[in-house]
Amino acid sequence: MQTVFTGRVTVLGNNIDTDQIYPGRYLELVDPVEIGHHCLEGVDGDLAKNFRQGDFLVAGSNFGCGSSREHAPIAILNMGALLVLADSFARIFYRNGINLGLPLVICKGLWKQVKDGDWITVDLEQGTVRLEATGTVMTCEKIQGPALTILQAGGIKPLFRQRMSQSSQ
Amino acid sequence: MHALEKILAKASGKSQVQAGDIVTAKVDFAEINDLYLQTLYSFYEMGGKRVWDSSRAAFVFDHYAPAPTIQSAAIHKEMRQFARENELTYHFDVQSGVCHQVMPERGVVYPGMILVATDSHTTTHGAFGAFGTGVGATDMATILITGELWFRVPEIIEIRLEGEPPTGVYPKDVILYVLGQLKADGAVYKAIDFTGSYVRQLGVAGRMTICNMAVEMGAKTAYMQPNKAVLDYVSQRAVRPFTVEYTDPDFVYQEQYIFDLTSLTPQVSAPHSVDNVHPLSAIEPVKVDQCLIGTCTGGRVEDFAVAAQILRGKKIAPGVRMVVIPASQQVQRTCLERGYLQELMDAGAVMAAPGCGPCLGVHEGILAPGEVCISSSNRNFPGRMGSAQASIYLASPATVAASALKGYLADPRPLLID
Repeated sequence: MQTVFTGRVTVLGNNIDTDQIYPGRYLELVDPVEIGHHCLEGVDGDLAKNFRQGDFLVAGSNFGCGSSREHAPIAILNMGALLVLADSFARIFYRNGINLGLPLVICKGLWKQVKDGDWITVDLEQGTVRLEATGTVMTCEKIQGPALTILQAGGIKPLFRQRMSQSSQ
Repeated sequence: MHALEKILAKASGKSQVQAGDIVTAKVDFAEINDLYLQTLYSFYEMGGKRVWDSSRAAFVFDHYAPAPTIQSAAIHKEMRQFARENELTYHFDVQSGVCHQVMPERGVVYPGMILVATDSHTTTHGAFGAFGTGVGATDMATILITGELWFRVPEIIEIRLEGEPPTGVYPKDVILYVLGQLKADGAVYKAIDFTGSYVRQLGVAGRMTICNMAVEMGAKTAYMQPNKAVLDYVSQRAVRPFTVEYTDPDFVYQEQYIFDLTSLTPQVSAPHSVDNVHPLSAIEPVKVDQCLIGTCTGGRVEDFAVAAQILRGKKIAPGVRMVVIPASQQVQRTCLERGYLQELMDAGAVMAAPGCGPCLGVHEGILAPGEVCISSSNRNFPGRMGSAQASIYLASPATVAASALKGYLADPRPLLID
C-alpha cells in the first residue's frame, strides 16, 4: 500500500454533503467513469473537468454527510483524487470510501492553511502533512484498525475475496 | 450496558461490549433500495452466489417509484431478477412506499433487532427499540453474502426531551430545534438515545420523525425505549419473536443534553443547511412556490391529518403548488378512507405515488432555479430537490400546510384554533 503521497489540493468547506459531491439526478448512472464526470457538481460544475489526476481534496468538518450513496466516493476516485483530507468525515461516507480503497485522512485545520493548487506531501505511516510552500509540517491522525486492514488489502472487495478463498481451503 | 450495547453484544456472541470495541454482528434484516444497483455488482465482484438468508433481505423500490427514466426502469428490472433468483420472501415493488415506512408496516422491524439498509435514514428504526443503521452498496453486499457486518460500538449520548409542547408544535419542530442546538456534526459516529417524559408518551409516527433525523447530526443510530404505543404496533405485526432490551440503571452516557419543550414554538430549517434552524417567528415570510408533504420524515397519517385540518374547505394560495406524497400505500389507503387526501386535493394539492418523491431530486416535483420550497422532508442541501439555485425550508407538516394556504412561510397555530 502506498503510504506517501505528493499532490496539489482542491479546498472545500465544512459539511460538504453527498448531494453536493454527487447530485441525486445522476444516481441512476452505473458507469464509474461517467459517475466521475459529475463529481462535486453541486459545489462547482467545472470542478471535475478541471481536476488534475492524482491531486487531493481538502475539506472542513463532516465531509460526506447526508445520503449513504456510494456514488460519492466512486465519483471522487474516478475524478482522479488519491486522498481526501478533512477535519472530520461523516460515518457512512467514511466506511464507503475506505471500502473502495480511498484513503480518508483526518487532519484538523489543514483546510484553513492551504489554498487551491498548493502542493502538500502526506505520509500516512508517520501521520504527517507537509505544506511544500512553507515547509510547515502538520500532524494528521494515522489510519488504524479495520480501516487500515481494508486499505492495505486495496479495499474491501479484494480483502473479502482473500478471506473467502482462505475459509474455503 | 446500554440497550444498544446489549443488542450489539447479543448479535456478536459476546456477553459484554463497550464503546470503541470492534464487533462482527449478525444482521437480522437487510434492505436495499433502488438507488443501489452497485450492491449487486459488488456482490458478484466479491464472489457472492446467493443471499445468505432469503427471509432476511429485501428490496424496496422507493426512490424511483414508479420508474421515471429508462435507466431507472432497467435498475428495477435487474433488481427484480436478483430477487426472483434468490427467492426473497419479501419484495416491495413500486406500489409500496418508502422503505422506512413499509418495513415496520410489514413487521420486519421490531425491538432488539439489527436492521441495516442502504439508506442513511435507517436511524428511523430506533423508534421501535431496534439498532438501525445505514451503509453503502459494498458494505451491504458483504451482508448479503455473510449475514454479518463489522461495527465499531458507538459512544452513546442522551438527548432528554421533557414536557409537552404547546398546540401547533410537532415532533418535527422538536427534532429541528435539537438539530439547531447540536448542529450537523453534533453526533458524528455516535448513537443518540432520546429519553424523557415527551418520548415516553410519544406515538409511533412522532418517534419515527425524531429518530429519522438523528442522522442529520451525524449519528450512527438512534434509540428510544419502546413504550406501549410501540409494543402495541409491533405485537400486531412482527414476523419474528423479539426481546425488548433495557439500559442498565448505572449506564453512563458520554454526553447529556436536556431540552424543555413546554414553550417551544414552530421551527424552520432555512437554506442551505439542515442545522440552520430558527423559530418560524424570526424568519422573513418568504414567498413559496412549492409545498411538499411527504417522505420518510413527514408523510404519515398524522401528517396528512393535520394538513387536512388546516386546509379543509379552503384553497391554497394562487401560484403555489402543493405536492402530497403518502409515505406508503397503507398510509395512502388510510388517508383516503379518512378523506384527508380528497380534502387536500380539493384545496388544490396534487398527489403523487407513495415513495420518496422529489426529496432527493429525481422526479415528482423538481425545483427550478430561484424557486422556494417548504417541505416536511429532512434535507435542504444545495441542489437536493433539483436546481442548486433553488431554496428549501424544512418545517412540520402543519407549517407546510399553513404556508400553502398563505403563499408564504406561515405559522400554523392561528389556523388550528376552531
